[in-house]
Amino acid sequence: MSEEEDGVKKEQRKAWREGAVRDRNVILHGGRGMVLDQIWLDAGNFLVDFNYANASSVSPPVLRLAKKDSFESVVMDHLRMNGAYWGLTTLDLLGKLDAVDKEDVISWVMQCQHESGGFAGNIGHDPHILYTLSAVQVLALFEKLDMLDIDKVSNYISGLQNEDGSFSGDVWGEVDTRFSYIAVCCLSILHRLDKIDVDKAVNYIVSCKNLDGGFGCTPGGESHAGQIFCCVGALAITGALHHVDKDLLGWWLCERQVKSGGLNGRPEKLPDVCYSWWVLSSLIMIDRVHWISKEKLVKFILDCQDLENGGISDRPDDAVDVFHTYFGVAGLSLLEYPGLKAIDPAYALPIDVVNRIFFGK
Amino acid sequence: MHGRPRKPSKPEDAAASAAKAQKLRVLQSQFLHNHQNKIFTKEAVELSAKLLEINPESYTAWNYRKLAVEHYLTLSNSNPESHNSIFDEELRVAESALRQNFKSYGAWHHRKWVFSKGHSSINHELRLLDKFQKADSRNFHAWNHRRFVAALMNISEEDELKYTEDMICNNFSNYSAWHNRSVLLSNLLKKKANGFLLKVKVLPEYEFVHQALFTDPDDQSGWFYHRWLLDQTVKVDSPLLASSWPAHGSDVMLLGDSCPSSPFTNFHSDSGTFPLILYFNQAVEGVNSSTVLVNYELNTIKDLIWKPLSANKSQTAQVWVTQLNFNGVEPKAYSVEVSLGHSQGIISSSGFHYNHPSRFAFRVCVQLVEKGPAKGLGGDVILWRDENFHIYDAHSVESSSVISPDQLSIQNDHETTAFEWRTEAIAKEIDHFRELLSLINCKIGKLTLARLLMAHDTMTCQSPNKTFHLEEVLELYNDLMKLDPSHVQYYKDEHSLVLLQQVTSSKESLLRHCFHYRNLTSSHIGNPICVRLNNLLLSRVGSFDKLLWVQMLDLSHNELQSIEGLEAMQLLSCLNLSNNVLSSFTALEPLRSLKSLKVLNISHNEIGTHSIDTTRHLCSSPLSHSAGSEWNTGEIVNTDIDVKSYWEAYFILKDLNLTQLDIVGNAISGEKFKSLLIKVLPALKWLDGEQLH
Ligand SMILES: [Zn+2]
Repeated sequence: MSEEEDGVKKEQRKAWREGAVRDRNVILHGGRGMVLDQIWLDAGNFLVDFNYANASSVSPPVLRLAKKDSFESVVMDHLRMNGAYWGLTTLDLLGKLDAVDKEDVISWVMQCQHESGGFAGNIGHDPHILYTLSAVQVLALFEKLDMLDIDKVSNYISGLQNEDGSFSGDVWGEVDTRFSYIAVCCLSILHRLDKIDVDKAVNYIVSCKNLDGGFGCTPGGESHAGQIFCCVGALAITGALHHVDKDLLGWWLCERQVKSGGLNGRPEKLPDVCYSWWVLSSLIMIDRVHWISKEKLVKFILDCQDLENGGISDRPDDAVDVFHTYFGVAGLSLLEYPGLKAIDPAYALPIDVVNRIFFGK
Repeated sequence: MHGRPRKPSKPEDAAASAAKAQKLRVLQSQFLHNHQNKIFTKEAVELSAKLLEINPESYTAWNYRKLAVEHYLTLSNSNPESHNSIFDEELRVAESALRQNFKSYGAWHHRKWVFSKGHSSINHELRLLDKFQKADSRNFHAWNHRRFVAALMNISEEDELKYTEDMICNNFSNYSAWHNRSVLLSNLLKKKANGFLLKVKVLPEYEFVHQALFTDPDDQSGWFYHRWLLDQTVKVDSPLLASSWPAHGSDVMLLGDSCPSSPFTNFHSDSGTFPLILYFNQAVEGVNSSTVLVNYELNTIKDLIWKPLSANKSQTAQVWVTQLNFNGVEPKAYSVEVSLGHSQGIISSSGFHYNHPSRFAFRVCVQLVEKGPAKGLGGDVILWRDENFHIYDAHSVESSSVISPDQLSIQNDHETTAFEWRTEAIAKEIDHFRELLSLINCKIGKLTLARLLMAHDTMTCQSPNKTFHLEEVLELYNDLMKLDPSHVQYYKDEHSLVLLQQVTSSKESLLRHCFHYRNLTSSHIGNPICVRLNNLLLSRVGSFDKLLWVQMLDLSHNELQSIEGLEAMQLLSCLNLSNNVLSSFTALEPLRSLKSLKVLNISHNEIGTHSIDTTRHLCSSPLSHSAGSEWNTGEIVNTDIDVKSYWEAYFILKDLNLTQLDIVGNAISGEKFKSLLIKVLPALKWLDGEQLH
């Protein structure tokens, strides 16, 4: 290659990179930047309820999922443990975890544990693997995993593995690859993966792989970004990502980005902030995240903020909730948005928390 | 919560919501009281139904009802009539919950659970599903339930396939139906059910999906189905050997000082060992000394250890390698023959056997050591300056023995006939898509045409009248970058792979990238050949099957953020990756299996710049519980290296045997990091151009 040609290519490259940097700056400084403080204030007031006077007398300070006393907040009473995880992880990513009273939260979490070792979504409810992972994640955020009888929790989880390698959500036998992810993630955090048959667990997940490269909840089930996150995450944690056709799945996933910049969860569906997490984390785990426009996605998430009251909704101008606030902030973290802690795409916990678990000591 | 408008709630709304909330709260606490005290009176059970009607997501209430059912089943002994009335009531509650929210996991599972208890009246289920699937044709819960019911009722896959056809004809924009069709059709093809042969089915299926694609090319419903069909058309089930090193008919010089023949096929080894590499067209397992026979001097070399080249503990890989040892043998030329496919055992990940007996042979020339071992690459400092590279003279004497890259790959003649109907189908598709593009400029049209042309080239590459469409494909990807800027990097990656196919497609084009490396201070006689693929705007690398012979590779000044697949280049000893956009050490995982790598330049990349590492989970580490990734604290505690902050660098570099490393121009640097490098790389002589003492 001649010097001259070389120079031309270098110029092209430089121009391309500068263009990308310029676009990013417009987004950061163009008036619609993220209102970090408002999100935090909102998270503080909106997620964390220090009011003891709750109708069900069993509630110490708990995390609220919606405006206090609203119908929505009562409807979601049973999944408060998930809410605790969403809200607290959001706060941690914003560097504001100390806004909550750690001891109160932990004592409430521990009251949700059953004799079986599993955790319920709230006091008085039944244990389920869904809430067991959230409880473990919350304790990990606070560096309080030593509160747990680790063998008891991991026995609860390993007891839910079925003969074919799949996992039930609880004793009633609903099977779903979501539960495979939860089991694998939770046991990995507890350093107890050896309690299950990992090969069988992997084989079951692979049996849910579809011809479009994605994964469904059971064999034959349609690919769905949330389910793909679970399956890719479980394969990442078990060192089995070679089962994923990265180019095929990567194309399916990157085509989830629609004109507005947002991501949908399945073809021909509306974009939604929660897929910022599921699609993005999957794309990152298979090293294909550069196939979407990060700038456009950042803009879409920021457009879903409630600039007056804080919080993030599913789509622009919809009502905000903690679920979408978490997925929006986690998505921005994956997009390397300034001012946010980095989050691990497989364990769905801040990277410093994950590194502490695996490389600490 | 989805689709609720963000508006300030009016006071009367808030009051209504609070009243509703209060009512639900009372129900919930009564229910929890009943549940905790195992109260299964008629009133208590009814109360749970009321709760579920308002809040179908209340999972504990579904559990409670199951307990209640079991309680009443025991009471009613084995009276089937009363059993069925208990079950019917559960189905009714689940149905009304689904009317409230037909995405309720709990309600769908409750129905399944009732049938698992032996309820016989499943016929109603299909009617209900029809209703739900009409109301929301994309509801994946309903589709899952449908598969469950169809299996329970023994409905044939042919009938269900017909159902997907009806759904699609009703509205082609139904990805769920296309998905279910792909599941059913691939099952039927696998079973070779009545008339279900790919050869027969593929054309009508193409026709069917055209209706969707050509009606509205922007609707994605048919895109992935078409791509699946295309893959089916191209893919031959049983795995094949794509290439090898040493290649068929080549010479390997051992302990030799110089050798005036082709760099494509020759190799110098000081140690008397060299790698034997098998490159398959897909990932396989079961490569071992009984499935691959390596013979020389009429003897089979026993106990060869074959290693799959893949990250983590997978025993499946596209590339396999073993080391052949000629140490201490009489100096002369040996003929080595490798054969595979004579017995079953090599299996693709989809379960097909390697069943084409094939063999290749090469010569190993073992020479006497005359003046002590020749200096291998890496003995002197390598300077990646343009003036040290001289274009390889294609007209020199030695190039007469240069064989073309085509000959480097294995001939698979037996496949050509099986390709006929496949080639025809692809040719027809190419015509259809050219026609579509003449009417409308659409991205799926261009992308599919690019893929079809590549498929066509692959299938005809062994036929005498082969044609290459690489130029046209590159043009299509250039168009796509402009047409669909959000996915520009996807098209760039594809463009890079096609460009490398073009570079390696012929002897002439490859020679344009071959250079002699000659350094003034170097006394090296057999000047190494460097393949220079620098300044090509590459964002991805590929075509490794054609590059197995390369020992010195220059990929600098590209846009690489990944070197996925580079692990196949087992002979590499000098690699230049400078001035790319590699963003982490974990992105260098492929280097861990390059045992001959001595000289590495990763200067001016983006290592340490990014908070999110996109290869964090693709590299073997304690995070992925992969083999060889044990976090061995004992090994580290004795040193003062801060391995926790640099674990990625530690894991990648600890297995390398580098003598020269350039890393300047990355965000990760500093004295602390340098001292880590020196400790992890004890053989290092040159760091960022400075000689270490
Ligand atoms: Zn959502």
